[in-house]
Amino acid sequence: MAAARTLINVPPKAKRGDVITIRALISHVMENGFRHNNMGEPIPRDIITSFVCSYNDEPIFEATLYPAISANPFLTFYTVATDSGTITFKWSGDNGFAQEATAKITVE
Amino acid sequence: MRDKLNVATASRRTVLAGIGASLGAGLGSLIVVRPAGATPQAMAAAIRQITGGAEAKPGRIKLDVPPLVENGNSVTTTVRVESPLTPTDFVKAIHVLTEKNPQPNVISVKMSPRAGKAEFQTRIRLADSQQVVAICEMSDGSFWSDKVDVILTLSACLEDPV
Repeated sequence: MAAARTLINVPPKAKRGDVITIRALISHVMENGFRHNNMGEPIPRDIITSFVCSYNDEPIFEATLYPAISANPFLTFYTVATDSGTITFKWSGDNGFAQEATAKITVE
Repeated sequence: MRDKLNVATASRRTVLAGIGASLGAGLGSLIVVRPAGATPQAMAAAIRQITGGAEAKPGRIKLDVPPLVENGNSVTTTVRVESPLTPTDFVKAIHVLTEKNPQPNVISVKMSPRAGKAEFQTRIRLADSQQVVAICEMSDGSFWSDKVDVILTLSACLEDPV
């Protein structure tokens, strides 16, 4: 499967203890499995089912997505800046879909 | 003459009956074509599955969905929970559910004490004017909920691609 485009927004620098905003967007059709094509045949479900965000390998935000999430799932959430390091984003879903993205953060 | 009249009325009757039947069939097929959606009962069952039968009290959680939505394909939804977010008192999970979408579940989020702010935002699909419910589970095992009635002008989920 072709890699899906991702768009991550993490502040590059933060003060220790600050609450930072993280935004994560991924391009995906999120075909909900309830629609039919013009021949009346059902279109099979193809969605992202899980999203995990880890801060230095520690999960900070986990979401289970259902077909009622819009195409190109967009999530905004928060965390406390504790240490400099890497924030990892992992999406996985139907038909073996898997995508990963990372962002660096420097904490002073 | 009488025969002719009879024929005339009979044919009119047949025509009317025919129209009636086709209308009925049309309505019938409309009802059949529409896929069965989740019902308030399905949502109640999904809520029971989350809470394990415990009561979800109103309060502490705030669900922010616009009350009037033009396009159900993308509805910006924010959920925030009042919580001190300490290692002993934090938000474990937040769930969003709908009453009339084909499936009641929308999103389930697991949180940790280091979230900083028990809040998230995403974009959801709505199939109909309906009630949207958010439920949160606290670390002490209590459940809290908030509901919003949404009026929708363009449905998502069930429409076919153009």
